Amino acid sequence: MMASGYSAKEEDGHHPGASGATGSGVAKSKKPDNTAFKQQRLPAWQPILTAGTVLPAFFVIGLIFIPIGIGLYVTSNNIKEFEIDYTGADMSSPCFNCSQGPSWNSTWPCHCSIAFTLDQPFESNVFMYYGLSNFYQNHRRYVKSRDDSQLNGDKSSLRNPSKECEPYRTSDNKPIAPCGAIANSLFNDTLELFYIDPNGTRTQIPLMKKGIAWWTDKHVKFRNPGGTNLNLSMVFQGTAKPVNWHEPVYELDTDPENNGFINEDFIVWMRTAALPTFRKLYRIIQKKSNMTPTLPRGNYTLDVTYNYPVLSFEGRKRMILSTISWMGGKNPFLGLAYITVGSVCFFLGVVLLIIHHKYGNRNNSADIPN
Amino acid sequence: MARESGEAGALKSCEVRKRTKRKSKKESKSRVVRAGGAQEPHKRYANNKIKTTKYTLLSFLPKNLFEQFHRFANVYFVFIALLNFVPVVKAFQPVLALAPVIFILSVTAIKDLWEDYRRHRSDTEINHMDCLVYCQSQRRYVEKYWKQVRVGDFVRLRCNEILPADVLLLSSSDPDGLCHIETATLDGESNLKQRQVVRRFLDLDCEFDPSKYDSVIECEKPNNDLGRFRGYIIHRNGKRDGLNKDNLLLRGCTIRNTEEAVGIVIYAGHETKSMLNNNGPRYKRSKLERQMNIDVFWCVIILLVMCLFSAIGHGLWMFQYGETRPVFDVLSPGGTDLSPALSAVYLFLTMIIVFQVLIPISLFVSIEIVKICQVYIIHQDVELYDEETDSHLQCRALNITEDLGQMQYIFSDKTGTLTENKMVFRRCAVAGIEYSHDANARRLAMYQELDSEEEDCTSHGGTLPRRDSTGSHQSARVVLRSQSTKSHRRTGSRAEAKRASILSKHTAFSSPMEKDVTPDPQLLDKVNDCASQMEFMRLHAQPLAQLPSELSDIIDFFVALAICNTVVVSSPNQPRQKVRMRFELKSPVKTIEDFIKRFTPSRLTSGSNSSSSSSLATRSSAPRAGSSLLSSPSTEGTLLRLEEEKSPGPLEGSFRPVPPHSASEEAELRYEAESPDEAALVYAARAYKCALVGRLPDQVTVELPHLGKLTFELLHTLGFDSTRKRMSVVVRHPLTDEITVYTKGADSVIMDLLRPPTSDDTKGKRQRKTLYKTQNYLNLYAANGLRTLCIAKKVLSKEDYAAWLKSHLAAETTIQGREELLFESALRLETDLQLLGATGIEDRLQDGVPETIASLRKAGLQIWVLTGDKQETAINIAYACKLLDPEEEIITLNADSQEACAVLLEESLHYIRSKFLCDAPEQATRAPQDDPSSLPVLVHRLGLVIDGRTLAYALDRSLEDRFLAVARSCRSVLCCRSTPLQKSMVVKLVRNKLKVMTLAIGDGANDVSMIQVADVGVGISGQEGMQAVMASDFALPRFQYLQKLLLVHGHWCYSRLANMILYFFYKNAMFVALIFWYQFYCGFSGSAMIDQWFLIFFNLMFSAFPQLITGTLDKDVSAETLQDRPQLYMSGQNSEEYKPYMFWMNMIDAFYQSLVCFFIPYFAYSDSDVDLFTWGTPITSLALFTILLHLGIETKTWTWLNWASIAFSVALFLTIALCYNASCPSCYPPSNPYWTIQRQLANPLFYLLCLITPVAALLPRYFYRACQGTLFPGPVQLGRQLDRLPPEARRSALGQTKVTGGHHFASQPPLYHIPGFFCNHGAEGYKKREASTDSAKEGVGLSGGTATAEGGWGPDAKRSGLPPEVDTLLYLQGDASDGRSYANAAVAPSGFSLADRATPPPPFTQHECVPLTTAATCVQSAPGGEGLGLPPSTATRPEGRTADSLETTLL
Repeated sequence: MMASGYSAKEEDGHHPGASGATGSGVAKSKKPDNTAFKQQRLPAWQPILTAGTVLPAFFVIGLIFIPIGIGLYVTSNNIKEFEIDYTGADMSSPCFNCSQGPSWNSTWPCHCSIAFTLDQPFESNVFMYYGLSNFYQNHRRYVKSRDDSQLNGDKSSLRNPSKECEPYRTSDNKPIAPCGAIANSLFNDTLELFYIDPNGTRTQIPLMKKGIAWWTDKHVKFRNPGGTNLNLSMVFQGTAKPVNWHEPVYELDTDPENNGFINEDFIVWMRTAALPTFRKLYRIIQKKSNMTPTLPRGNYTLDVTYNYPVLSFEGRKRMILSTISWMGGKNPFLGLAYITVGSVCFFLGVVLLIIHHKYGNRNNSADIPN
Repeated sequence: MARESGEAGALKSCEVRKRTKRKSKKESKSRVVRAGGAQEPHKRYANNKIKTTKYTLLSFLPKNLFEQFHRFANVYFVFIALLNFVPVVKAFQPVLALAPVIFILSVTAIKDLWEDYRRHRSDTEINHMDCLVYCQSQRRYVEKYWKQVRVGDFVRLRCNEILPADVLLLSSSDPDGLCHIETATLDGESNLKQRQVVRRFLDLDCEFDPSKYDSVIECEKPNNDLGRFRGYIIHRNGKRDGLNKDNLLLRGCTIRNTEEAVGIVIYAGHETKSMLNNNGPRYKRSKLERQMNIDVFWCVIILLVMCLFSAIGHGLWMFQYGETRPVFDVLSPGGTDLSPALSAVYLFLTMIIVFQVLIPISLFVSIEIVKICQVYIIHQDVELYDEETDSHLQCRALNITEDLGQMQYIFSDKTGTLTENKMVFRRCAVAGIEYSHDANARRLAMYQELDSEEEDCTSHGGTLPRRDSTGSHQSARVVLRSQSTKSHRRTGSRAEAKRASILSKHTAFSSPMEKDVTPDPQLLDKVNDCASQMEFMRLHAQPLAQLPSELSDIIDFFVALAICNTVVVSSPNQPRQKVRMRFELKSPVKTIEDFIKRFTPSRLTSGSNSSSSSSLATRSSAPRAGSSLLSSPSTEGTLLRLEEEKSPGPLEGSFRPVPPHSASEEAELRYEAESPDEAALVYAARAYKCALVGRLPDQVTVELPHLGKLTFELLHTLGFDSTRKRMSVVVRHPLTDEITVYTKGADSVIMDLLRPPTSDDTKGKRQRKTLYKTQNYLNLYAANGLRTLCIAKKVLSKEDYAAWLKSHLAAETTIQGREELLFESALRLETDLQLLGATGIEDRLQDGVPETIASLRKAGLQIWVLTGDKQETAINIAYACKLLDPEEEIITLNADSQEACAVLLEESLHYIRSKFLCDAPEQATRAPQDDPSSLPVLVHRLGLVIDGRTLAYALDRSLEDRFLAVARSCRSVLCCRSTPLQKSMVVKLVRNKLKVMTLAIGDGANDVSMIQVADVGVGISGQEGMQAVMASDFALPRFQYLQKLLLVHGHWCYSRLANMILYFFYKNAMFVALIFWYQFYCGFSGSAMIDQWFLIFFNLMFSAFPQLITGTLDKDVSAETLQDRPQLYMSGQNSEEYKPYMFWMNMIDAFYQSLVCFFIPYFAYSDSDVDLFTWGTPITSLALFTILLHLGIETKTWTWLNWASIAFSVALFLTIALCYNASCPSCYPPSNPYWTIQRQLANPLFYLLCLITPVAALLPRYFYRACQGTLFPGPVQLGRQLDRLPPEARRSALGQTKVTGGHHFASQPPLYHIPGFFCNHGAEGYKKREASTDSAKEGVGLSGGTATAEGGWGPDAKRSGLPPEVDTLLYLQGDASDGRSYANAAVAPSGFSLADRATPPPPFTQHECVPLTTAATCVQSAPGGEGLGLPPSTATRPEGRTADSLETTLL
């Protein structure tokens, strides 16, 4: 019975005759070690998912989630928030005229003021946001159109911005500072808030423009080139302002701590929003004392210097006043989500209880069919 | 040209040569070899250095990269990475995007490098082996490395050396010019093969001198045909000698039994035949991988759809703004305005980059890593380690471990795989008296016990500190053993013996178990009695013929056992020499006196012997005159004994009883037989002091008790062939001087050749009685699974012999039809034999084979045995190893022609179908979920036996479908007498036609082709060389390990890998979908809220380790339960862990989970001042936690490694995120995630999200798993529950559930059926068939005589399970009765079965529904022990079975 279809296969390619010679460890037994790992006998926990075993988990989750959810919901509801759209898309809106006019390169300032009423007083610090809708700050080409090292104060980048900034890299053969599309589209409306006393006097509410950006951004990530003490106009000499800007970067503010690249409005804008509808912190209204609310109930006027065009892409502009809690701004969603998930868990727990009661004992003897 | 052609044959060969010469001139297809390796033409030939490495240092990088890029996935990933360099479409930092690809490529490259280095090391080792090469300048042999050997060099080889190259044998120390080689490493055959010195050099008187050699060899070009070598040698005088494969020693073989041989190198190095046979390793792709590739393809589709969707979305998004570009829609870097369409096209490419994670780049690498770990763990399994051979399982194929869990068909070799391939003489019957050799049986049983005891020790006590306990146990047992086995000459377990035999370099053919035969005391007494009587007769000068016939039969029996074979005797002290003792016979020995005279020791002289062994027949008629010669060099032992015999007086000395110590001397003789059966018989004869001590071509010497050495003149040997199934020797008996023929052969043939009892006198009666008794015992032996042989003799008168010899010589010299003439000549001689006795040889089953087969079968595996053995033996073994069940019906297919085969198959099919129809109604009620298409696959309790010849017809294209249809409905299939090619054809047929996973297991070279064809080839690393192992994917030390390999490791590997692959798809889809959802909120701009670093390294680092741990170590069910419940294996067979729909379920789950992970943070942060990465980082974390917890749900076994890996993953993510976000405020454009994670970790919202999102995401899966575990648990889950039970409860559950029925598995057909109208139909069928038998006989041509013989000794009769007496009775009845009684019996079954089945039927009662139309049916049935015979042709078949049998035999 010779092999007719003979075909030797040797993986290692070595000669069959030499196999005896290669077996080096003749004296040593090849017996594998009898260790727990090699024999796969490591002590193990073997959870089996059945209705009976899983049941408690569902109830426990339900019992934990529902109180959390209620807590969150209550917290969220305690946050006061007021929102007003000042886009002026409507004919009735005071800003309608302004909204029709402006484009990026118009220098004509348009003012409009919108009156509104707060039904409830805002007790603690009030955060003033501007909100934009339908503004895709997360667009891929938009997001990367910036030069972080330029913003970090790197002088060579100031003169020679990153290619990512194209087409907002140079203007008239001068490098743009700050370069890129994000900086170029900086939000440039000015919002002012006036409290209308019942007697009719307008009191401007003091708005804090510092402290709105992340500390790390303001102090680490964004630096003016050449340190803080220099004259910014000197530093930025030879650079061009972004095409859409009305004034160069060193004229964003008069306060040297808030000018140039470390202007907090600018920093906030440069932190691109995740979603097309977003708000950005504009100002903070600090609580004055414990006695009076920060924003008492009553009538207010929002004075807008209307520069920023959004209607071309059907965007909306809003002003939002909000207090915040430990979990941030007003958002009832998380509370509701917890309550929902908790309830569903509880419900499934009950279902499993029924299943366990009806079928759980059926196959505890583990009858594997033969 | 034809100069020396005297004979026609030589002329013919010369013509052939001429033709080849002509051809060679034309195409230069020959190779010319002259002496001296350094000559010009030889430089063109490859030298002997081998190099199997793929790479060199320089070529590694380009070549390896080139090879890696053959893998489509790699090209794809590189393409994507390069795409990232294109500015318009780039999504990430280009260098960063290259990182994963480079990582993947380098991991594979390192693996390749390591493998290549291993090859290089083994090459170097081989190249630096030593051999003796003749140095022309120094005129002597010098040591050289193998690699320095060149074509044309003379090499001198000593015993046990390995041949360095293909060498033409020019000289041998053997006087006959022979050289024995062992080719085990080439073809796995461990018996010795003879090679001959080139004829002209044979006649040299002096030693071969290479310096005088000046012939030229012309031979064919190197080729890989091991069985062919053609060429001729041209001597200086212009004469030519033909060369053939008998002159060529192949590289890799080992010289045995030859002290020294010299040859000239013909082929060297890579041109040697063995190297040319070295095909590279076959790359096998596992079934799971094939399935996975389909799903990868689906992933590509999903990816493209997602990209296309995004691209269209982007186009529309841009289109809606019209001409006015919003500020956030930045112009392209060039400042040009992109049209929405062009932008969409660019975006499509960008999205491919962003979504690339969907095609799991790390999947392929992870799978490879996991497989290597799995292989390592299988390798380390101590239960797959065989202490006897100090070998453990070898995984030679690294990439198909999971296939082990999906096998459906097992094709097994028999000899050496199921059996030990160790033939052990078990019992015998002489002259009608059975000698049961109980002591022998006990001895054999003891070996087995010791084995199982050993296994007990190693397999139990898993949690104990086992090493120490095992050690002490063993030593204790060794003591015990040596006490209990004192009676034997050698003590020690089979294990020790086997190890000793394997360690010894001389390939001992027989272990003590085979060598030591404990004689039956009764028989031994008789032998002694006989001997003493002979001694008595010697004293009284009586002729030996007066010996009682029983005693003479006994002596003849043992003489026949000793000499009727081709066993070569050697002595282990000097194994390179044959023991030679040549006594020249002066004249026939007539009396004892004569005999004594002749054998007085004084006449023994030593001398040299140089006769050749060419022709036996010519010498036989003319015994040479001369003094008796003792050939030199003889062994010391023999000389010693001869000297001892010299010392006593001439008369008494020679008949002195064999001194006790001579037994040990005898033991020193080594028998090397072509088949282990022969050796077993010779050892058996030796146990009765009838020892074969020498064999020469023309004489054999046997040492008999009291009589000393007897030399039988060997007149003729008629070798064994498979058609005659017997072999004979013709000798001149030295005692009686009669020409005696001893024949040994299969019982079925010998019984027909016996001389029929001539008269009715006492002698004739006695003879007949002896015959019946012997037949009875033969049946008994066969029933016990023994290989049976009959021994017979015949005394020829000188005239008869002369007449036969004349015709035989004439036949030998004929050219045309020589084979047939020789066959007829043999037939003429082997007639009128006188039965001496029968032997039962046990080819011991390997330990645990029946259990293994039973449990593999329970596991739903179809087991086919493909063997080269004869049908009877194969069936016996099949019964012994429980492959066939006595209660099973057996369909035997023996056909003579294509047409007959077709008819047979058709009938069998009809039979099965009709039977199936009977089953059908019940099937429908029992398993309504079975759709009709799956029904024909149902496996009946049927066994199919087919022989090689029929198989050849059945494998024909026209019949293969029908053959398969028959075979697949049988529970077990047995193919006998199949050639290696047929084996592979069968495997290929089943694999390709049935689309099933096949496993082939075998140990010998004849299994190589089958092993290579099967999906998984398993080699038994046993005694039969390494060939099967070399070709295999897995090599096991023993067959029984297959059980654990498949049921445990196969199952684990499959379920681990399947789960891991599914998890991979899920993980990537879930992660990518997060980005996809985001596209709806970023204007389909290809923006990602997940930082590019996280995106790229998420797969590679953060989520990689836990799945690797789970993929390597997870155990769904414990090993114990898997082995206790082989049914659990079916989950792998049915691919239950990874069904195509599961991919989609996982995808849906992934999309759901990603929706949750996306939208919970979305709503939680909607309309807030959150920025891109502050929002994206929690999502990344959430996704990571969800993915890890998902893995947690799917993990079945939690060890500390799982915990550690999950903790590590989370820690790694946080660490990297923290470092990365704190490292550089202005690096890594375009993302600027400075201090993001730090702020997030300080934000309570982050933790709130981390709590709710994974819970919400995993809720459905968790709930589903819980419900599944309770409401519809799969077998695997039940197995897991079983694991959890405390040990006692488990045991009781295991015992109890054996009873619970198999309603879950419809694939297992019910073993019985309820009566229906079909049964009546079946009964009618009988009548019809009865009527049609005559036509059947003529129609297909049943050959009555042979059928009778077949039936008479057929295996089914032997398997009766009834006591032998009853069996014989039935047999006799069957023989005597006529056809009518069967007609009655034929009607019986219907009534019987109906009555029987009214009650819940016993499992095995069956009935037949035989088709009415078949012309040549010979179906027979005997339910409930009813004797039912069929047409006269098969009427002699004894029917003693309790169950039905279907026997379709056409001869």
